Amino acid sequence: MIQFLVHDRADTVGVATVDIKSGDTVKGMIMDTQDLLEVIALKDIPLSHKIALKDMKVGDTVIKYGHDIGKAVADIRAGEHVHIQNLKTKRW
Amino acid sequence: MKIPTFMGYRRENGRVGVRNHVVILPLDDLSNAACEAVANNIKGTMAIPHPYGRLQFGEDLELFFRTLIGTGANPNIASVVVIGIEPEWTNRIVDGVAETEKPVKGFYIERSGDLNTIAQASRQAKEYVQRASELQRTECSMDELYVSVKCGESDTTSGLASNPTVGNVIDKLVEMEATVSFGETSEITGAEQACKERAATAEVGEEFIRVWKAYDEVIKQHKTDDLSGSQPTKGNIRGGLTTIEEKAFGNLQKIGKKSRYLGVLKPAEAPVGKGLWFMDTSSAAAEAVTLWAASGAVVHLFPTGQGNIIGNPILPVIKLSANPLTCQTMSEHIDLDVSAILRGEMTLEEAGDKLIEYIIRTCNGRLTAGEALGHREFVLTKLYISA
Repeated sequence: MIQFLVHDRADTVGVATVDIKSGDTVKGMIMDTQDLLEVIALKDIPLSHKIALKDMKVGDTVIKYGHDIGKAVADIRAGEHVHIQNLKTKRW
Repeated sequence: MKIPTFMGYRRENGRVGVRNHVVILPLDDLSNAACEAVANNIKGTMAIPHPYGRLQFGEDLELFFRTLIGTGANPNIASVVVIGIEPEWTNRIVDGVAETEKPVKGFYIERSGDLNTIAQASRQAKEYVQRASELQRTECSMDELYVSVKCGESDTTSGLASNPTVGNVIDKLVEMEATVSFGETSEITGAEQACKERAATAEVGEEFIRVWKAYDEVIKQHKTDDLSGSQPTKGNIRGGLTTIEEKAFGNLQKIGKKSRYLGVLKPAEAPVGKGLWFMDTSSAAAEAVTLWAASGAVVHLFPTGQGNIIGNPILPVIKLSANPLTCQTMSEHIDLDVSAILRGEMTLEEAGDKLIEYIIRTCNGRLTAGEALGHREFVLTKLYISA
């Protein structure tokens, strides 16, 4: 059973498909290739929220669906919760 | 491929509907009370009150008439009583609806008063509803269907499962030669180049970009941080969506993998042929669905994440969700639960087949959750302040 899904192999975030607890080692699947990967969660991540798959620096572009979905506005470590506290649109 | 059939209503102009409403349509805000009184007098009729129709002008007025006439002309409606404060604009709606050859009659309140108008209009509505009650459903084919799609209160499960389910169905419907429309102009921000590339021709793609830019200019003119927390909505954010770009790529999953849109429609404009069409609409659910109903759509597919509960007076809105929490806590609003996709227990292909089956049941007459719960949100799009 997997705990998160990743749209595209280029993505730097995955989506929790269950409630993930901090400290859990969680398994995810990349949807286009069906490849599996593992991450250690550093924060609680509620169902349908995003988990970082790699370390990112302030200003880095966050990738989901293989596309730019905004910029990191705080340093993000793999396993952290990615949301409004550390990700911001480049548009509005 | 075998094209499925369903039992629908074939109207005077040959168009196919899946409902058989008799509506009491006000020209203007002033006539809402009379329309509601008629609908109260005559059982089986429905008033569609709204707040506008006075002192509008230019493009805003054109959109107003296109929306009201289109609503009356929708094949889900058997006949229409129009009530307005004065004859001239009332008759503009009557004449527009009459082009479909369905029964329609106008009544005017000035020089008559509410009570006389209500009495006369009620007698007409009674004849119309008795006539409509005798109309029989006949066998119709899916290629005669016009389906619109729009998502709401999306979360990341929308982009993962419920939107791609709708996308799977759009590819199937286009293959069956049905008519389909998507829109939500502002909500494609971030994915506008990807959307442009899905146009059937370079010209159509350029036209999409022109329409998208026109509204983007409006946003830039009035822009606030995250559009005052309205796009993404607070519900989107609660569901894990963070930016408009992320929401846009999730949104676009609804148009499937293969289909290309043939043209760009103005708000409430009817498609001129079968296949997929982009319509310039707001992303607010009730406003957008009202525009699609006015363009002639007879079924709407509405994927939701956190649980948008919208309905429409004349257009059945089929809701699907892949968020297990939403399906559990708001089950009365959800027509199709596709959360098994997230557990790896259902493929998109299987979910698409289930949704097609649900469309057919809805077309045959099954009430959607929104219809059973009485959701009749009718919201006109206003382009600028009335004079």
